[in-house]
Amino acid sequence: MLHAGSLKPKPRNSKHMSNTQHQFCTFYVDDLFLGINVQQVQEVIRYQEMTRVPLAPPAVRGLINLRGQIVTAIDLRCWLGMPKRNPDQLPMNVIVRDGGNAVSLLVDRIGDVIEVNDEFFEPPPSTVQASLRGLIQGAYKLSDELLLLLDTGRALAECDSRGVPNSRIAS
Amino acid sequence: MEMLDEIVSEFLVESYESLDQLDRDLMALEESPDDRDRMSSIFRTIHTIKGTSGFLAFPHLEKVAHVGESLLVPLRDGELSLNNEITDGLLGMVDAIRGILAQVETDGTEGDEEFAALIARLEELRCPSVTQPAAPAAAEPIVEQPEAKPKAAKKTPARKKSSAKSAATTTKTTRRSTKKAAPAASVADESPDEIPETEVSESIDSADAQENKIPEPPVVSKSRAVAAPVVAVKKTNEASLAAADAGNEQQSSLADSSVRLDVSLLDKLMNLVGELVLSRNQILQFAQNSEDAAMIATSQRLNLITTELQAGVMKTRMQPIRNAWSKLPRVVRDLSISCGKQVQVVMEGAETELDKTILEAIKDPLTHIVRNSVDHGIEPADVRKANGKPAQGTLWLRAYHEGGQVNIEIADDGGGIGLDRVREKAIEKGLVTAEQAAAMSDHESTQLILLPGFSTAAKVTNVSGRGVGMDVVKTNVEKIGGTLEIQTRPGQGTTLRIKIPLTLAIIPALIVSTDGERYAIPQVSLLELVRLEGEQVTTGIEYVHGAPVYRLRGKLLPLVYLSHALGTHCSADSREQCEYRDDSNNGWDVDFVMARSKHLAWKGRLRAYLDGRETMSLDEAVSPRACSLGKWLYDEGMRDFGHLPQVVQLERLHADMHAAVGKVIQHNEQGDKAGAEKHLLDVESLSHHTVAILDELKQTAEGNGAINIVVLRANDREYGLVVDRVNDSAEIVVKPLSRQLKGLSEYAGTTIMGDGRVALILDVMGLAVASGLTADLRNSDHTGIAKDITATTTETQTLLVVDLGDTRQFALPTSMVARLEKVSSTAVEMTDNREVIQYRGKILPIVRLANVFGAYGSQIEEPHELQIIVYSEQNHSCGFAVNQILDIVETKLNLTEDDGQHSDKLLGTTVIHDRVTDVLNLCSLARY
Repeated sequence: MLHAGSLKPKPRNSKHMSNTQHQFCTFYVDDLFLGINVQQVQEVIRYQEMTRVPLAPPAVRGLINLRGQIVTAIDLRCWLGMPKRNPDQLPMNVIVRDGGNAVSLLVDRIGDVIEVNDEFFEPPPSTVQASLRGLIQGAYKLSDELLLLLDTGRALAECDSRGVPNSRIAS
Repeated sequence: MEMLDEIVSEFLVESYESLDQLDRDLMALEESPDDRDRMSSIFRTIHTIKGTSGFLAFPHLEKVAHVGESLLVPLRDGELSLNNEITDGLLGMVDAIRGILAQVETDGTEGDEEFAALIARLEELRCPSVTQPAAPAAAEPIVEQPEAKPKAAKKTPARKKSSAKSAATTTKTTRRSTKKAAPAASVADESPDEIPETEVSESIDSADAQENKIPEPPVVSKSRAVAAPVVAVKKTNEASLAAADAGNEQQSSLADSSVRLDVSLLDKLMNLVGELVLSRNQILQFAQNSEDAAMIATSQRLNLITTELQAGVMKTRMQPIRNAWSKLPRVVRDLSISCGKQVQVVMEGAETELDKTILEAIKDPLTHIVRNSVDHGIEPADVRKANGKPAQGTLWLRAYHEGGQVNIEIADDGGGIGLDRVREKAIEKGLVTAEQAAAMSDHESTQLILLPGFSTAAKVTNVSGRGVGMDVVKTNVEKIGGTLEIQTRPGQGTTLRIKIPLTLAIIPALIVSTDGERYAIPQVSLLELVRLEGEQVTTGIEYVHGAPVYRLRGKLLPLVYLSHALGTHCSADSREQCEYRDDSNNGWDVDFVMARSKHLAWKGRLRAYLDGRETMSLDEAVSPRACSLGKWLYDEGMRDFGHLPQVVQLERLHADMHAAVGKVIQHNEQGDKAGAEKHLLDVESLSHHTVAILDELKQTAEGNGAINIVVLRANDREYGLVVDRVNDSAEIVVKPLSRQLKGLSEYAGTTIMGDGRVALILDVMGLAVASGLTADLRNSDHTGIAKDITATTTETQTLLVVDLGDTRQFALPTSMVARLEKVSSTAVEMTDNREVIQYRGKILPIVRLANVFGAYGSQIEEPHELQIIVYSEQNHSCGFAVNQILDIVETKLNLTEDDGQHSDKLLGTTVIHDRVTDVLNLCSLARY
């Protein structure tokens, strides 16, 4: 019998091990080329109709019915502090598992699933915007572009802490 | 078996399970004899069996369990350490119990076997002086054995043992193998009664060893002990055992006919059924529009099956309320003895079923109410006799279903609630003022006992009088969507009625919409729906200092606009929808209904023309402006509603239709009846569409012209929620809010609607709080104590006047106060240089106002009791310690701004009772 754990790469510690291959699900948000470890991605689906959640943090764009499971959609543009998406440009949903639940990350465009070697990894350069730096684990230097590794755990945790709408924070 | 008492069968099922567990525990304990938890668990199990068997009058069983328990006491207390012999003895006892249980199950009696030898053996083990040295060398390797035998390992050791034993005794022809016989026999020689243990480890192989030992004394007790388990073996369906087949066919055991399940599995099933219900609803919607007979039939069948399945799964979660009641008679008995009263408990409707989660949630409140009834309600026997009542008081527990809810009543025939005393106490505790109390009706006074901090008990006993109680009961009941009612008649008794929903997983809800989104409101909170139409739309809603209210049968109902509460009324996303909603056009729907009937009448004319009963000129027919709908459309229609996309669409459609009508007339005039009819079909289809648009417009107009007020009850306060439209009522499956949205108190959860879209479930209470209908809602009926609702909207405020132990006087608006509590000064603990108390299972930081404002007086000594004002906003709570609460006053706040040292902590200064009083700003103090 196969143990799922034995196949799973360990992205956190991976920077210390050289020559380890990782697979990343990649996507674009504005001009950023981002990636998430494929293990974390449940599925990628096209734009879904959403139910707005009034009073929710701005990045929470709404709720999606994913085959009976209610999934919160979080707009990565909002998290990464980017300008709003064109209204006629429909985002894609990257469904990532967050503990027992699933969360949808809204991205502009889906890229390929690519395999990258750990030797190309580098922690985020200090010049990267502060707003971005906390959400990115580092960059993979690909031959033609940089793939930024999104720290989903961090992004979602941050969403929780910022989850309190502004009106609630002691005014 | 049918004759078996239900209670006995339950006992049997439970005991079989505990015995299996016991076997496992004993085995594990042998590996790690110091496991105290496991030892305690074993002890409890045996204790339970002993207790129950005594109760059910099985003296032999009780005796065996009793001896076992006695042996376990020194083990548990560490006076005796577990060794093989003791384990053997205990396992022997487990077998004996199992044997008796099997006997009970077969014929309802426990048989006449007394297990004298076993009892003697256990007694002997209990006194260490008599204990013989164990034979670990022989036993220890054997313990490891089961793992090597996969077949045996599947079974619990106890089963193996009994299997092995019975195999040995009833079928003497089992395989013969002597390799293990010697060591096993050596153990057996020492302690004949503990033979089973050896076999536990050796499984079937050692059956032979057993055989070798059989002739050894004491034969009687052993063969007895061995004979009984045969029944048990049959139940296990152990195919390998010929013994099982030897006996005649038996009914399947009770243990097989019921299954104990993990609640999480049931929850999962429940969720899945919820999904199924949703899919069913969607399918039904499709099927309604379908012409396919097979599809309709199938969907109806699906509907039936789903409903049945839903009911079935719901039933798995249902448990009789007896389970929650069962411990109450005992509580009453103990309490009545300690109070010197005589009380009998009468239960009615104990079989009424409730969702398990709810049952758990009401256990504590029930106990509390029952204690209250016995302690406060029922009088001592002599008082009762003096009042002409029987010496023995009666406490009724009643439960029954009513309208999708369960009613639970706790009634007593005691003295009733002394309302005068309640009022006195409430004044004394500073909960109401004397004037307010005087103005209260009896019903209002009854409700006072539900206020936090209220207690009439003269002194604090271990039973009651601490003043935390009924408000907690009320909170707990309300937490599960229930309500609490009190009725009392002086001298005749008190009845408390709890109404709770049957289940929490699938709830009936009202679906409303506002600004294009749908929301579900749980029906339990719904009182009524009010619709304002016509003139009332402009005059019905009045404003008290900017706060909207509606006069509902003479009482002012505070209103909350859902769109304002959720901030959707003009957010960017909903602006389009907003635009035409802001139009204050009334009675639109009438126009659209008229237009619709005009159109249908005109179509009737067209038909009549084709049948030759009417004349219609080509020009008239082709012109979209000539018909009655057209006249309306190009006149008022376009003028009043031209901005609506539907009207633009309607105009285009109407023009197309008249073009089609032109073709009909042309064909008809040329005598081509068939062609005319053919084109008439086009007209029909276009007309159909026209009517649909008019209907849609009418609906939109309805949502606009009229005002829909959903009257809700949050706690005891009523308020009206203004929504754009009331859609429907539906059964919804409640799903929790995701992690990211947990902080939003306005929502109770989410659900999926019939069309597959997600809708939010509104939290009626949270919405009220977020909308500024103060944190601690009180009944709006109680004008005396609920002034705070209007206080926030007019200049008159209710102020709590406090003393900080010096010459100054302070006040704070009651609307900012969540609760008042008194705590002993010893309860104050320190953490991180802050004073805190433990309060309702949480840590509440304490701010001593005297320290904040620097006490001027000389009174520095620490009081024994601290008066705490609990303040809470959203997730943050804080307690303010004051010296004394002086009064509650209603006053027109005429604040003078203070710009002194503490200006940020004060709202201002005013005069109360002819004294200059600083009004505290708790919001900023809470952050101090």
